[in-house]
Amino acid sequence: MKSPAIEVTGLHKSYGEIEAVAGVDLHVAEGEILAFLGPNGAGKTTTVEILEGFRSRTAGQVSVLGQDPATAGLDWRERIGIVLQESQPEEFLKVAETVTIWAAYFSDPRPIDEVLQLVGLTEQSDQRVGRLSGGQQRRLDLALALVGNPELLFLDEPTTGFDPTARREAWAMIDGLRDLGVTVLLTTHYMDEAQHLADRIAVIAAGRIIARGTAEDLAEAASMQTRISWDSQEVPLAELPEQLRGTAAVSDDPGETGSPGNPFSVSPQRLVILTDDVSDTVAALLQTAGRLGRNINSLEVLAPTLEDTYLSLIGEADRAGRLDR
Amino acid sequence: MSSRGLRQLAAQTRVDFTLLWRNPLASFFTVVLPLIFLFVLTALFGNELVTPVGPRLASRFVPGIIALSVVQASFVNLAVVTVFRRETSILKRVRGTPIRPWVFMGGLVATSYAVIALMAVLMAVIGWAVYDVDLLWEAVPGLIVTLVIGGAVFCALGLAFTNVVPNETSGPPFLNLVVLPLYFVSDVYVPASDDTPRAITLIGDIFPIRHLAVALQRGFDPLTDDSLWPVTNWLVMAAWGVAGALVVTRWFRWTPRD
Repeated sequence: MKSPAIEVTGLHKSYGEIEAVAGVDLHVAEGEILAFLGPNGAGKTTTVEILEGFRSRTAGQVSVLGQDPATAGLDWRERIGIVLQESQPEEFLKVAETVTIWAAYFSDPRPIDEVLQLVGLTEQSDQRVGRLSGGQQRRLDLALALVGNPELLFLDEPTTGFDPTARREAWAMIDGLRDLGVTVLLTTHYMDEAQHLADRIAVIAAGRIIARGTAEDLAEAASMQTRISWDSQEVPLAELPEQLRGTAAVSDDPGETGSPGNPFSVSPQRLVILTDDVSDTVAALLQTAGRLGRNINSLEVLAPTLEDTYLSLIGEADRAGRLDR
Repeated sequence: MSSRGLRQLAAQTRVDFTLLWRNPLASFFTVVLPLIFLFVLTALFGNELVTPVGPRLASRFVPGIIALSVVQASFVNLAVVTVFRRETSILKRVRGTPIRPWVFMGGLVATSYAVIALMAVLMAVIGWAVYDVDLLWEAVPGLIVTLVIGGAVFCALGLAFTNVVPNETSGPPFLNLVVLPLYFVSDVYVPASDDTPRAITLIGDIFPIRHLAVALQRGFDPLTDDSLWPVTNWLVMAAWGVAGALVVTRWFRWTPRD
């Protein structure tokens, strides 16, 4: 097993009587990309800023690259890179000038050309930062975090405000970091981003980690079911075997397409079953279609999305009263 | 200082100096505005001989405008740039890198000194070439000490002042609110005379700008009968500098105000 890049046990941070972080445990292996998900005010940024050495903690053990960020020196800062949620480089400097001065802060920086190429800003190297688009400025942010040749990168909502194309480009770039062997702690609001980029996901709510693991682990933890749907004209509800009929029913709500916590729902033309037992359900459906002498071309089987899982987890935490402050 | 620290300081100074020149507002307020003031003052009040044997009236404007240049280049520029960097999270990001904080800040201080030297020479040359103002060479060592102390003191005060500026847009108005009235009571535009109300000179005496301006007058006005080493003015300025440095050590913020 690889040695941990980040090891956190029982982390607490209080502001007066408010407990922003209430006992977080976190483990990020070397070379891993971990997505840190959670609603606003859940303690995400506070936790990350403690790991970056910007904030003190009230209690708990924290080790980042083998050192305590609260006391780590400048040699430790040589080994980390940080992309803040909001930051704005000097608008009157050119792109290459900005990366060059940043490189001067580190003892063993990456070559400037290589960094610009890595983030796709080679053509803009002579352009003033103030004239870059929002997406290009964010790429410059990433360039500044990478220029020191970090072992560990903190990415705080790196694609917020991006259009879909820019987001895809950023993903490709972050994916590329994996090949460089960089460990990444990625904070994001976007479920698809976490699913696409991360090896593992940790969900935080009300200062506590409420779920962790791969997207599949999380779906299991949230008892999320697979969604099977088809056109009711191909296999009508009344023709279903008895054991399936109980899990699917006609809904009066047009346009309803099934949601977590609602075991079944039906649009006027579509029937939906949410189930853990995918193969038996599909086999029974195919059998019914065969018996009726019909094709079931409209059959759709959808595994739970991370977004469904996340909303379900946060909803559970909310229901448990953990979000009440 | 390590050679790496020196290299970093040189690189940071180059960047800060470049930024000052590329930013139209910053270069206007630090370089162009003092020049305009010098031209306007001499246009308004003329440049007659103060006594039949001299000096010219402009010999009283030149040191005042050099004092203004020192304050603009150190106190005002340093505070505006630092508040901007704090509020746009540049300072926070820099704190996340291995550069020593004082090396990073040293770039701005060195830039202030470069501008102070440039403006002092420029004013002295314009004074001599255009307004017949002679530099008193025997006072030059004292002038240099004054500029060195002045630069350090107003840089420290500029950094200290960032604590009271809430955001980047309020930087320039906050600073002007402080320096503009003080310029009037600090011998910057027009030197105090026997007719100047005592209250005005008293207020001026409390704050460091007048001490800077008065110390600089030694270099250009032969009628000032004080010594060439204005130690009292230096001490008052230094006291303000120490107070500023203490505020910086205790309360300086690297992160934006939430």
